[in-house]
Amino acid sequence: MNEPLVSVADLHVTFQLGKRTVEAVRGISFDIQRGECLAIVGESGSGKSVTARTLVGLAGPGAEVRATRLTLDGRDALGHGPREWRRLRGAFAGLVFQDALVSLDPLRPVGAEIGEVLRTHAVGDRRDRDARVLQLLTDVHVPEPERRARQYPHQLSGGLRQRALIASAIAGGPPLLIADEPTTALDVTVQAQILKLLAERRAAGSTLLLISHDLAVVSRIADRVLVLREGRIVESGGTSALLSGPAHPYTKKLLAAVPSAASRGRRLSGPGLVPAAEPAADVVLAAEQLRKVYGRQTVVDGVDLSIRRGEIVGLVGESGSGKTTVAQLLFALVAPAAGTVTFEGASWTGGPERRRRPLRRRMQLISQDPLSSFDPRWTVGRIVAEALPRAASAVPLLERVGLGADFLDRYPRQLSGGQRQRVAIARALAPRPSLIICDEPVSALDVSVQAQVLDLLAEIRATDGTALLFISHDLGVVHHLADRILVMHDGAVVESGPVDEVFHAPRHEYTRALLAAVPTLEAAA
Amino acid sequence: MLRRAAAGLVVLWAAATAAYLALLAAPGDTVDSIIGDGADTPLIRSQIIREWHLDRPAVVQYLDYLWRAAHGDLGRSYLLQRPVRDVIGEQVWPTLKLALSAALLGVLLALVLAVLTRRPWARRASSTAELVLVSTPPFLIGIVLLSVFSFRFGLFPVSGDRGFAALVLPAVTLALPIAGLLTQVLRDGLDRALDEPFAVTARARGLRESTVLVRHALRHALLPAVTLTGWLFGILLGGAVIIEQVFGRPGLGQVTLSAVTSKDMPVVLAVVVLSAAVYVVLNTAADLANLLVDPRLRRS
Amino acid sequence: MALATAPLRRSIGKPRWGLSVAAGFLLLALLATLWPGLLAGADPLAADPLHVLEAPSAAHWFGTDQLGRDVFDRVVYGARHSLTIGAAATLIAVTAGVLLGIVAGLAHRLADEALSRSFDALSAFPLLLLALLFIAIAGPGTVSLVVAIGIATLPHYARVVRSQTFVVRQAGYVTQAVAFGASRPRLVLRHVLPNVLGPVPVLAVIGLGEAILAAAGLSFLGMGPQPPSPEWGSMLSEGRDYLGIAWWASVMPGIAVTLTVISLTVVGRHLQRRFEGRLP
Repeated sequence: MNEPLVSVADLHVTFQLGKRTVEAVRGISFDIQRGECLAIVGESGSGKSVTARTLVGLAGPGAEVRATRLTLDGRDALGHGPREWRRLRGAFAGLVFQDALVSLDPLRPVGAEIGEVLRTHAVGDRRDRDARVLQLLTDVHVPEPERRARQYPHQLSGGLRQRALIASAIAGGPPLLIADEPTTALDVTVQAQILKLLAERRAAGSTLLLISHDLAVVSRIADRVLVLREGRIVESGGTSALLSGPAHPYTKKLLAAVPSAASRGRRLSGPGLVPAAEPAADVVLAAEQLRKVYGRQTVVDGVDLSIRRGEIVGLVGESGSGKTTVAQLLFALVAPAAGTVTFEGASWTGGPERRRRPLRRRMQLISQDPLSSFDPRWTVGRIVAEALPRAASAVPLLERVGLGADFLDRYPRQLSGGQRQRVAIARALAPRPSLIICDEPVSALDVSVQAQVLDLLAEIRATDGTALLFISHDLGVVHHLADRILVMHDGAVVESGPVDEVFHAPRHEYTRALLAAVPTLEAAA
Repeated sequence: MLRRAAAGLVVLWAAATAAYLALLAAPGDTVDSIIGDGADTPLIRSQIIREWHLDRPAVVQYLDYLWRAAHGDLGRSYLLQRPVRDVIGEQVWPTLKLALSAALLGVLLALVLAVLTRRPWARRASSTAELVLVSTPPFLIGIVLLSVFSFRFGLFPVSGDRGFAALVLPAVTLALPIAGLLTQVLRDGLDRALDEPFAVTARARGLRESTVLVRHALRHALLPAVTLTGWLFGILLGGAVIIEQVFGRPGLGQVTLSAVTSKDMPVVLAVVVLSAAVYVVLNTAADLANLLVDPRLRRS
Repeated sequence: MALATAPLRRSIGKPRWGLSVAAGFLLLALLATLWPGLLAGADPLAADPLHVLEAPSAAHWFGTDQLGRDVFDRVVYGARHSLTIGAAATLIAVTAGVLLGIVAGLAHRLADEALSRSFDALSAFPLLLLALLFIAIAGPGTVSLVVAIGIATLPHYARVVRSQTFVVRQAGYVTQAVAFGASRPRLVLRHVLPNVLGPVPVLAVIGLGEAILAAAGLSFLGMGPQPPSPEWGSMLSEGRDYLGIAWWASVMPGIAVTLTVISLTVVGRHLQRRFEGRLP
């Protein structure tokens, strides 16, 4: 049959929030052909998640859905009542969400969650269902399915959990599988496995609708891509064609904002180059044989690290690699079990805080969630001025990071994620540090906002000669920004060296596996 | 788990000690209290001192008290000259009847209300009712109910503990504020749970909203409610004392109040320490229940 | 009886007028406490044997009690007792509780453990029984009630403040302040204390309601200000004997207590919602 599995024409979804009316989706039209993988890509607020949920009638409380056509499997869905929608969910379309830890009921065993789909759609009797659950777990490659089915989500690793979630989505044998940011909460290597699994399901006959903000992820398995912006389709087309030759300026901007090896030296948020910078010869921070033990676990095991003045050093690793602990050790938040850290030539670790205090201002910290690093009672102006002498104005710093004087009296909770991070950067710059430790500073930001912050950091390094320790799990970002890179795994540094060298000629097995798992845009082109 | 039981014992010990210290702080001579209005001669005094071991050093008396308490001997009432254990034991049953039936009624009512009042208008009405119930002094509720159902309509006896009918009004009076509080906690928990991602996933499987609520959200909502068990018991006991006064029921309330007014310290002490003991036991039980409901708390 | 201190996540959309009514009532109660003469005329102790147990009327808005005293006057004058006892008890509980909570939250593990166990021990006793224990020792009366209720409600504040202190101690902005070379005392003064103390006033408002309920309850049992003092709880107790024929003698003071506590809770919850973003 050539009839599309899903056909949508002029879809509008509006939310009534108190007095405000929010138009999440403003007239989009698309088809999903049987057996294809369609990706909907966009930043936050683009309406991509709402669209996906509308396809199963779960747009949300208070949503008003209007469309000229909404056909699912040949049947008109616009007139569907609650019962018809319920029949659809799980049987026509299975949903996979981000982060199985919260998307599966933490109080029920994984097997029960999967079996619930079968129970709801009256598939077989009790004994059949148990067998089917095990079969499904095997289909998604969960080893030891009998044992795992009895376990709870928190007892499984991130990857296994996500597989179980996918198992529950395909349990009812739905022709359509909708995956909303299915890999965002996962480590890179696990991410690759899950994408492979989804591709497998597609090969087995499922139609796939993939929602993501990550163009690289999408490029790995999607046939066609829709680019959404503020509720409207901006561009659509075949994946390779669109990614190699985008037509719309927004798509171009999105693609240009993705950091990678190819973007080194170039500005991400606009045209032009980042001012060049050569790191000086003298060492600002040196760490030798750092060790940290928590209980019986060695979290950091013999880490050596050095950062030169004006250098950007990238520290990459997956979750549990120990990179956050290294940051805490370098910042002297915790004391190492063994090893030393020297900062600006002076001994940094081993000693009372009093000894470090005079140098403290020369080392600053920017973290992933800036909001929690701001005193909730303080205005932006006061936050930035915390490190400034009494009479000094915070305005020049705010302007430097792209905010203006009108931000002085606002509260961080009123700002967007990108603006908050800029405030954090402005505050970090105030004492004129020689080193800024950046712990996943852009992970929670949209691609275009991320681009602006990365450009800002590069510009700061070039102008002020500030060294940066950039900790991230995102290899593309690190490849774009860093001069040197250290790769951490299980508490130890497995590889280090100039970034190009490590990326193009990795020596350690783990580095190679990591690099192979990273989805890059080049792979699609 | 053992650690929790040990912690509970420590708390109990601390409570018993605190109560005992309070007793020591009581102004006035113990001997005077024991004599009360009776004959007061040096001979009787020395007799009393010997009988009650009041001549021993304070530390010894304290240890002696702990030892006896651990074995169930709660001393002797100054006023009634009988073992405290008997005094309390006789009156415990009516209070227990009242407390248990009020607890049961309150919990059932709360569950029903929290689960059924999901629509905005029902929710608003119920919330207002809950606010009123929780803010109204229990004796007022009792008095109003008495006034309407006993005096006006003659449906229930005005006082005493004869038969089931005499239990109805007091139990309802005690149950209402508890239901008010529990409904708030449960409803809040349900709201939170139904907004969580796992609820969205459940809906995406094709479950009816009511099924999502009962099969998934309810368990999550019960967690904070279970934690309140010990605290609720405290409210129940305190409320029972008052309600027994309002409805003229026999029970621990009467015993405690007369002990307080006549400074019959052993009885007061025993009631207080016993209630602390029950509280500790209930709290530990609640912790265990939480372990059963929430697998994330179990350490394997 | 206890009040729910869990913040309501979904505002039930209470109409604005609810808050105004509650605030207005509280002002009235305050007025009754400070200048009862403004609201009620006569002497609340004035007995009029000719007009005993009369129903509410134009002359006596709330009727008269068994000694012929005007119930409305007594309710107005009674506000002073319930409110001052509740306020004094809450003041003691909050002050001591906050101090101990902060100390426990900042102290080393052993000290914190010891303090926490003490809080646990104190809260193992039901509020009413603990108060009764104290009254058994010190005798009934206003001061006894204040101290008893104060001590009994103390652990609640101490625990909340302690856990808040823990949260703040580990907050990101405290780490940041370290980066600016802040010393420990400076940290505590500038960041920890203000953020820990923030929620306290709201807690105190709601806690005040609980204290007033406890005071009324204890007075009802005869442990408070002794008659002929017009305390709401004891008025209720006196009136209970005449319930069949004169419900107003009991019910009116009871309603006064209820309305006061409801108003405090409404105002408290409103404050809680309003400051939700501000407080960590």
